[in-house]
Amino acid sequence: MKPKIAFYWCAACGGCEECIVDLNEDLPRVTDVADIVFWPVALDFKKSDVAAMPDGSITVTFINGAIRSDEQLEMARLFREKSEIIVAFGACAQMGGVPGLANLVGRITDPPSAPVSNGNGGFWRLPALFDRVQPLDRAIQVDYYIPGCPPTPQIIRAARDVLLIRRELPPRGTVLAPDYALCSECPRKATRPEDLHIDQFRRVQECILDEDTCILAQGVVCLGPATRAGCEALCISGNMPCTGCFGPTGRVKDFGGKALSSIASLMVGREEEELDRAVEQLPDPAGTFYRYCLPSSVLESKPGGRVS
Amino acid sequence: MSEPFEPKIVAFFCNWCTYLGADLAGTARLKYAPNARVVRVMCSGRVDPQFVLDAFAHGADGVLIGGCHPGDCHYQEGNYKALRRFKLLRRMLSQMGIEPERIRLEWISAAEGERVRAVVNDMTEQLRQLGPVVKPEPVEAS
Repeated sequence: MKPKIAFYWCAACGGCEECIVDLNEDLPRVTDVADIVFWPVALDFKKSDVAAMPDGSITVTFINGAIRSDEQLEMARLFREKSEIIVAFGACAQMGGVPGLANLVGRITDPPSAPVSNGNGGFWRLPALFDRVQPLDRAIQVDYYIPGCPPTPQIIRAARDVLLIRRELPPRGTVLAPDYALCSECPRKATRPEDLHIDQFRRVQECILDEDTCILAQGVVCLGPATRAGCEALCISGNMPCTGCFGPTGRVKDFGGKALSSIASLMVGREEEELDRAVEQLPDPAGTFYRYCLPSSVLESKPGGRVS
Repeated sequence: MSEPFEPKIVAFFCNWCTYLGADLAGTARLKYAPNARVVRVMCSGRVDPQFVLDAFAHGADGVLIGGCHPGDCHYQEGNYKALRRFKLLRRMLSQMGIEPERIRLEWISAAEGERVRAVVNDMTEQLRQLGPVVKPEPVEAS
């Protein structure tokens, strides 16, 4: 019997769904090796179909998106019961992602909306938003992580092979991507100077980047030194800096702190005023260093900040 | 009546200057606020921003980093490295709800026991005024 798989989406943009479709001719190969039992973006199964399945009967459920509403939490818990393996798919499920930046502005209030009749004399209720956005592993136990915003076809294929075809399960908690920094697989690695330093920060919209030279050497913040490899340096190949969507390598506890450290260490100033001026050239440090991972920062994980 | 608020300060002092300054304050029997918990590090440049974040995550109300005066670093450049990280980290933390007063970098030499006392007393008083770090409200689980 073929293994059963499911896909679900939480607080996300739809890009993670898109990247499954981007498997192109490989997509039928996914259905060759597994039956898809739930996938709201493409197939018409209902929540009640999942609820009717025996516990643990779905081999792997891939959940993308962060946890932001009570509906998402309820669905995540349902899939945890029904699945042998839960995979946090993409940066939002893994670390909170871009929606997680909402945590910078404090409490999220429910937007006003007009009541919609359910046809039985009552009204539909919109899912309630939580005060804070959380990564999936604060809501339920997660077995594996597929990083990326969105994950690339190559690492999705590699995860499919490991989890569904070869069934060689790595230790629980493994991030299914290489455990070294992006710089080591960067095509511009050779142009990174020995004494790399930044005199003045520049932003991508303020300059035309040379297409062959290390982006950091051009004064633009690139998070390659702090970010996990595995994306084949796609942004660099498009002449844009790495913004950190693959998250940290295994030895790092807090991605933003480590990324900040690697960039600050490249500055050259020794005087207070000089450095004050330099850091003002980075208008949004939290949004730069925690772009995909604010809810998984150590500050957010302090006691009292967890879903369960 | 509840107890008056006493801030907890995690202090990272460099082995060669500020830690010796604190030692001198001790041998000179200077009295100062007991609010700082000192962690000895080999150099202020060893203070990874993750240490500071971790201290706040574990309930610190302030973090004090002490290093050698500019030009006096035992490892030549470590204190400049500390200064660069400190400037950027303080700016980022203020976006995340940790006020700039809660993180402080001071150059204190081995001869400046009196300065250890002044800095710890001053920071303790500032944090008393500021109160505890406002923690994010817990997410309500159904």
